[in-house]
Amino acid sequence: MIKDSSGIRKTDIINRRMFIIGAAKLIIFSGIVARLFSLQINDNKKYLTLSDKNRIREWKLPPIRGNIVDYFGNIIAGNLKVYQLHIIPEQVENFNYILSRLKTLLELTDKKITKILKSKKQKKPWESIIVSENLSWEQFLKINNYLYDLVGVKPVMTISRNYPFSDIYTHVLGYVSQPNENDILQNKIIQERFVTGMKVGKLGLEKRLENYLIGTNDIQRYEVNAYGKRINQLEHQKGKQGSKIRLTLDTEIQKLSAKLLASKAGSISVMDIYTGEILAMYSSPSYDPNLFLFGISNDNWELIRNNPLKPLINKTLSGLYSPGSTIKPIVALSALENNIIGPNFKVKCTGKTELYGQTFHCWKEKGHGVMSLKNAMKQSCDTYFYEIARILGVDKLKITAEKFGLGKKVLGEYYENEKHGLFPNTVWKKNNLGKGWVLGETLITGIGQGYIQTTPLQLCLMTAQIANGGYKISPKIIVNNKPLNFLKAKKNMELKSSIEPNLQLIKDKKNLKIVQKAMFSSTNEIRGTSYRSRIDDPKYQFAGKTGTAQVKRISKRERELDLKLEQIPYKDRDHALYVAYGPYINPRYALSIIVEHGGSGSKAAAPIAKELFKLIIDRDAMREKQSNFEEIDI
Amino acid sequence: MIQHNRLNNELTFIQKVKNLDFILLLCLIILSIVSVLVMYSTDGGQVLYHTKSHFIKLLTFFSLMILISFFNIRLWHITSYFIYFIILLLLIWVSVYGIKVSGSQRWINLYFIVLQPSELMKIAIILCLAKYYHRLKVDNINSFSSIFVALIIIVIPIMLVVSQPDLGTSILIASSGLIILWLAGVRMKYFFISFVSFLISLPFIISFLKPYQKLRILTFLDPDRDPLGAGYQIIQSKIAIGSGGLNGKGFLKGTQSYLEFLPEKHTDFVFTLFSEEFGFVGSIFLLLIYSIIIIRIIRIGAISRSDFSKLFCFGFAFAIFIYIIVNLCMVLGLLPIVGSPLPIMSYGGSSMMATMIGFGIVLSAKINHKQLIA
Repeated sequence: MIKDSSGIRKTDIINRRMFIIGAAKLIIFSGIVARLFSLQINDNKKYLTLSDKNRIREWKLPPIRGNIVDYFGNIIAGNLKVYQLHIIPEQVENFNYILSRLKTLLELTDKKITKILKSKKQKKPWESIIVSENLSWEQFLKINNYLYDLVGVKPVMTISRNYPFSDIYTHVLGYVSQPNENDILQNKIIQERFVTGMKVGKLGLEKRLENYLIGTNDIQRYEVNAYGKRINQLEHQKGKQGSKIRLTLDTEIQKLSAKLLASKAGSISVMDIYTGEILAMYSSPSYDPNLFLFGISNDNWELIRNNPLKPLINKTLSGLYSPGSTIKPIVALSALENNIIGPNFKVKCTGKTELYGQTFHCWKEKGHGVMSLKNAMKQSCDTYFYEIARILGVDKLKITAEKFGLGKKVLGEYYENEKHGLFPNTVWKKNNLGKGWVLGETLITGIGQGYIQTTPLQLCLMTAQIANGGYKISPKIIVNNKPLNFLKAKKNMELKSSIEPNLQLIKDKKNLKIVQKAMFSSTNEIRGTSYRSRIDDPKYQFAGKTGTAQVKRISKRERELDLKLEQIPYKDRDHALYVAYGPYINPRYALSIIVEHGGSGSKAAAPIAKELFKLIIDRDAMREKQSNFEEIDI
Repeated sequence: MIQHNRLNNELTFIQKVKNLDFILLLCLIILSIVSVLVMYSTDGGQVLYHTKSHFIKLLTFFSLMILISFFNIRLWHITSYFIYFIILLLLIWVSVYGIKVSGSQRWINLYFIVLQPSELMKIAIILCLAKYYHRLKVDNINSFSSIFVALIIIVIPIMLVVSQPDLGTSILIASSGLIILWLAGVRMKYFFISFVSFLISLPFIISFLKPYQKLRILTFLDPDRDPLGAGYQIIQSKIAIGSGGLNGKGFLKGTQSYLEFLPEKHTDFVFTLFSEEFGFVGSIFLLLIYSIIIIRIIRIGAISRSDFSKLFCFGFAFAIFIYIIVNLCMVLGLLPIVGSPLPIMSYGGSSMMATMIGFGIVLSAKINHKQLIA
């Protein structure tokens, strides 16, 4: 036991040094406390936000598109529950086994299998892979039968666009499909709401009205772990279905149109002459928009694309046709309005007219003899219209034609593929072709041939405005205010035009009456070009004008041969046209019909009108009653 | 003299028990309970591997601590050098036959336990130097040769640990060793000079660091440099602690930890989890417990008659303090990430074993505080 002085001193040193350390410790501990305080109390909010950002992730679900309904509320573009098949790799024991089982059960192609394997590599094991986007009911049952054996395979129900009437509305509605880069870039709303698996409008109203139809996403908030795996659901915020859009179209008339044009190329348009509401707008042939929903198969696409009747073209709006004789009511009206001729003006038809050494033939080789306006219209005498066109001149004719809607888009803003058509005049030719107008061109314009080009819907609008007493109407396809019954609509139209003189297309009602009577006789009197398609019952009785548009110049030899329709190659046959309105007393509806390469208007187009008018007039009362529905603002 | 001998050598079992520091024991028990609860939370609110294993280790080493405390402090004095050499041998053994885990060779498999000798060295170095200075005469303390020997004692294990590589533990061993030199009365001038020369040579030291160690320092200086890579741990740890707020998110409700944003939540980042779930209040409570433990150890040192006990207690108190500070500074983003566990709270056998042995010797000093050592 050593107890020397230095021993005591050492203990003192140790104690003193300990004291210094103790003080240092205190300071450092306070530093730690300060740091804790600053993190947990001062910056608590900041770090809480960061922590929530870490753990909460939102999943958007595809929004549900709004329905599109016809005038009577029938859904024509709706949503359907579809069954999809998902695999969650994490839950699968033997992925290859499951795949080979599914391959036999669903008859998957090898291409599809490699696609699945590829997406498996790209995804996290807990993310589901879509094996089939749309299981048929049989497939669904099959899968359910074997589900005990298919661990990790999950049938999932989702909602998909559906077009219950298949192909009859395709050209009106367009279709939806998976958006491509452009669709997303060009539309901010799509950009915002985009989710994989979502479909957007690709064509037609589906595209044009995208922002109304699209709806808002359901949003699911999940708590996720550091690897992005969903741990539990915090919230499910319901989205709103897109707006419902009601069209002016009538499915029954649309259906009948499709039936009447079956296996033909052509177009039918039907319009309310007072409101401008379009009752039917069908372009034949059409195709099934449902094929595009999950990506169209190559075979189907080739079939549609290579069809010689060109189903992809919306002929009602984009098809350009010479109006042929259907232009004659406008020529006659223009001549009367410009006081070029009186109602009793007569021309002798010998079957041909000579002008500066060129021969202009009437369709009737032997000639019609002396023709009055009414008879010329009734029998569609070309010589008569050559003559009045010659006196009238193309420039005056164009003014009248434009008033009635030719050369202008009818629905304009709604369809980007709608065509203007063309009504030529001297200035147009000078500016566009660099040559002077030739009088002979005025003559053929007078019978709707030559440069003139119209869309079927333009002809329909023209006829409607002849029928309604010469008032300008604005055609529409979407119901956006309360529908009026026809008396009110007529009054409304007349009232509006008394305030706005622009809306009155003619100077003298008598002139229009003459033209209307002539159109009536063309359909309802013996020797009228569409006499055979008439309906005698005044309830259905309609007035119309046939047209036969040449698609190529008829050579002298062909004229002499006088070939039967079947003997001419399909693409050289004339287009058959017919415009009409009815009922003749108190008219309500106008229509235009075009059958491509159908031959003469009286044989191929006018009979279709007869069938249509029966249905249109029968449904008129129902349409009148249909006024109770929710208003939609577009 | 006779009275002394009776007192010192013939303490009955009852007397020994009475002489235990119950406040220290209570604090240790509270800490143990908290640590088991935290383990339970890291297991996602279930009694899984970590909880069970931690609990068993706690029981084992707590018993070991009590056992050690019942031996006379003289035994630890006599065996100090021996213990130091044994552990030094283990360190050499590790550098040859050790188990390699993710690039570091730190462990030996003793079949019943996987041992990390560097952790034990943290205690052994205190023991060894305490004995060394206990025996050194005051006049010799500042002699060149004695300081040289002391530095050799420190440097050899550090070299071995650095080569594993394990920067964190070697820093802790170095600071535990140096503090004994400080307490024993080595001139402040020397500390000052070596600190300055350390600062000067720092750039050279850095150039010798492994790339991952350099990266850690860079990341510490600017965690947002690579938020998904190297900076991830610091950022996530700060988010967890900061989002805890005043009262915490609640037991088992720490989203950062149970959604696995927090790395190494069982070991080095255990405080982060605790702080996220129990907030500022909980953290202060924990610091308070640690402070009481440190104060109790210092008090035992202060009442001890022998310089060996004093040096060991003060040294151990400082070591515990350094462990806590390094760990907390790391998780709070005040120091670069150097692997260093939080005493008792962190999962890990060797660290707990070392800590408990340390507490055992402290308690032994308490029981025998009137004992003088020749």
